[in-house]
Amino acid sequence: MSWRGSTFMLPGLIAGLGLVGLFAALLGDGWWDVLAWFGLGLPAALGTWPLLRRRVLTPAQTGQPRSKN
Amino acid sequence: MMKSKTIRRWSFVHTWTSLICTLFLLLLAVTGLPLIFHHELEHLLGEAPQLSEMAPDTPHLDLQQLVTAAERHREGEVVQYFGWEADEPNGVVAITAATAGTEPNSSYTFMLDARTGEAIEMPAANGGLMMFFLRMHVDMFAGLPGKLFLAFMGILFIVAIISGVVLYAPFMRRLQFAQVRHDRSSRTRWLDLHNLIGVVTLSWALVVGITGVVSACADLVIEAWRADSLASMLAPYRDAPPMTTRAPASNLLDIAAQAAPGMQPDFVAFPGTRFSSEHHYTVFMNGSSHLTSHLFTPVLIDAQTLQVTAVGERPWYMDALGLSQPLHFGDYGGRPMQMLWAVLDVLTIIVLGSGLYLWWVRRRSLQATAREVAA
Repeated sequence: MSWRGSTFMLPGLIAGLGLVGLFAALLGDGWWDVLAWFGLGLPAALGTWPLLRRRVLTPAQTGQPRSKN
Repeated sequence: MMKSKTIRRWSFVHTWTSLICTLFLLLLAVTGLPLIFHHELEHLLGEAPQLSEMAPDTPHLDLQQLVTAAERHREGEVVQYFGWEADEPNGVVAITAATAGTEPNSSYTFMLDARTGEAIEMPAANGGLMMFFLRMHVDMFAGLPGKLFLAFMGILFIVAIISGVVLYAPFMRRLQFAQVRHDRSSRTRWLDLHNLIGVVTLSWALVVGITGVVSACADLVIEAWRADSLASMLAPYRDAPPMTTRAPASNLLDIAAQAAPGMQPDFVAFPGTRFSSEHHYTVFMNGSSHLTSHLFTPVLIDAQTLQVTAVGERPWYMDALGLSQPLHFGDYGGRPMQMLWAVLDVLTIIVLGSGLYLWWVRRRSLQATAREVAA
């Protein structure tokens, strides 16, 4: 199974870092803020990036659903 | 592996909780966007109070002199609250109204120059565009019922998020993380985007949703605090006659600082307001650490004798309310955090919009199938 194959591993990690980020900035300034920007920057970037991609109208090179077995 | 019956049930929950709350969540997300930057926008619109330049160590008037200045500026009204803002150390925010017990939306807010007693208007606190956004966001101009209605919409939003996470599993069975099928139908592409953006913004949306619900219930939480914590501190005053003369407010901050060492005053509630009693000035103190600076410790000062009656406990529900504010506003991590808050807010709008689109397209295709079967 590839690192992107597990359904909840990466989403769980991103959600966990998001929570760390949300609470980090409550605890202090400086590096705590930086931790918060990272924790919230990751979901912001991952959510924005696929929207910026144009639709592919040529025959698929990638997007075919991959079977796991 | 989830049974198809289980999937159908969760799908039903996700569809209907989302559909019911989507319109109001869109309203909240759209009005919330300018509110993230309300401070900056007020400066831009020239509505932020501007104090005059004076020598840096000009002494401050005492609180009673400021009370007199406030009541001179708003003739016929009384001071309800004085508050302090971190970024304007020479200003005191004054809230006045016809009576101490007047409800917040009928109060008048302005700033006093603590050095001169000069009144400076704060138009954004009393009306205008930002206030319109705020009221639409908080209660849709419908008072407590409006707040509780929005709290209920928030609960539906939280259920929609949780059911969405459950449904994420069967939808992603054959897909990799962040795989968006750009080459397939518009519906498939938006399904993938809805799932991806929804799952990556999960913890932010949950926290902002939950803290929004808590804030929307603030009136109830404050009533609980009055009935529970405040009432027990006021037990000795149960049969006290109404207050006739009030001692000057001059030294309240010193008295409170002695009673709660190491803390900073956030606001003073004057006698008869809902954050105090008929017999007390109550100074709300913030802790000095980062975390406790969001929490409030009330110091009750007898308004006739100026003796400290009690330094309040901090019940857990008041702490929850205090912490909900920064976690909902996104104002506690500098400008970059505000920007991220705005991006995540827009992404939430896209998740809501794409969810609505997916429901609509699916409904139409089901109807088309039904027609074919019937024909």
